[in-house]
Amino acid sequence: MRVNLTVNGRPQQADDVWEGESLLYVLRERLGLPGSKNACEQGECGSCTVRLDGVPVCSCLVAAGQAEGRDVVTVEGLAVHAEQRAAGACGTGTCGTGLDEARRWQALPPPAEGAPAAQPGQPVALAPIQQAFIDAGAVQCGFCTPGLLVAADELLERNADPSDADIREALSGNLCRCTGYEKILDAVRLAAARAQAATAGQGA
Amino acid sequence: MDFLRPAGWEEALAAKAEHPTAVPIAGGTDLMVEINFDHRRPEYLMDLNRIVELGEWEVGEDTVRLGPSVPYSRIMEHLRAELPGLALASHTVASPQIRNRGGVGGNLGTASPAGDAHPALLAAGAEVEVESVRGSRRIPIDDFYTGVKRNALAEDELIKWIHIRKADGPQQFSKVGTRNAMVIAVCAFGLALHPATRTVRTGIGSAAPTPVRAREAEEFLTAALDEGGCWENGRAVPPAVARQFAELAAGACNPIDDVRGSAKYRRHAVTVMARRTLGWTWDEFRGVRRDDNGSARCA
Repeated sequence: MRVNLTVNGRPQQADDVWEGESLLYVLRERLGLPGSKNACEQGECGSCTVRLDGVPVCSCLVAAGQAEGRDVVTVEGLAVHAEQRAAGACGTGTCGTGLDEARRWQALPPPAEGAPAAQPGQPVALAPIQQAFIDAGAVQCGFCTPGLLVAADELLERNADPSDADIREALSGNLCRCTGYEKILDAVRLAAARAQAATAGQGA
Repeated sequence: MDFLRPAGWEEALAAKAEHPTAVPIAGGTDLMVEINFDHRRPEYLMDLNRIVELGEWEVGEDTVRLGPSVPYSRIMEHLRAELPGLALASHTVASPQIRNRGGVGGNLGTASPAGDAHPALLAAGAEVEVESVRGSRRIPIDDFYTGVKRNALAEDELIKWIHIRKADGPQQFSKVGTRNAMVIAVCAFGLALHPATRTVRTGIGSAAPTPVRAREAEEFLTAALDEGGCWENGRAVPPAVARQFAELAAGACNPIDDVRGSAKYRRHAVTVMARRTLGWTWDEFRGVRRDDNGSARCA
């Protein structure tokens, strides 16, 4: 069957989708977006976490057909997603991340102080949560990182000042076998603190 | 495999009548695991996510009419006052990602004895409204579970609503597992005080072939509270009564030994959870009454 869905702000189409296939398989194997990881295939590990209509879900447990007409954000689109969120709603119609860009996605260094924001369609710097993961040393083998980034970014979107308990709860569906989680918690605290410092700096 | 995508409820009922082997999928948190691991290959998958009303709820005078697809995360967020036991149980379901997708309809459809919602539904009191092209009926929750992963649904029926009695007193839910998140219950216990009728109801998960109520324990405690005048005087439940209640609760179990725990452990854990949840709910009830006299016993 054919599945039409929005991925990272752009309409996409997947063909020859098997009816029992997961959204994760469509993203990785049919759309060429391997950022979302395939590990447990039973919702235990969270490494396939994506946003489905804004809500974090395990994409391995969403049937592809259920994603028809829905809006998906993967780790490949996270930087643009975070930037557009910071800038307010996208009104130009050229927002989001195309498949080619997403496949060739590479991190740029953070913009210099006072530099103009990236234009739609241009490569953007890391999302704040991604930069915080690097700065806090929260990445080791990296396999769990995409799912954790998507989950942590969503937490900070709805809760700008999360307690440690909030962070632990929000990330409780994401397993990491390397870090022991402490650095990951540090990274989320760091991203929250930076966002607050930035807000305070704007006098808001 | 065929993917059926009914746009509305009537269409879903017609599709289920035409294809009784069609397996409904909403949150997918049970079914997709089975498909991913090739343990199950349904002839038809029927996506219920397009049917908006299944993800809605309505708070009535005595009951909450809960849509089967309402995700656990929304129950936690919006129905804590009306359905405290179910909200607590929802909070113990797996992880945020799973709670964002899974709902009570899936627990009922799968009818695993380990489903976290079951003890709360049994303790609160509920009816499952099911419908087919032949008509609709309401199945009392006590008659819904018919065996291990079996329920009272006919093959052409779908779950339309779950009617759950609104709490008229404190409710608690307790679950034993090896960690806090992402854990299937070794066993679980739900308790609801019903001051309006001066009764108590219970629900036990993962300690019998189906979710069960501990009826003897309920009857004993109801009688003991009544005799002691506890509902009026709001004094503490005597330890001997709590102990007897907990032992009777364990007596309602018919557990098995498996990888998650032995039958003996499950019985013991149910005893502990029954005693604790009684303490928590009764303390809350006494607190609500604001005339507690902690040292006095009611019988």
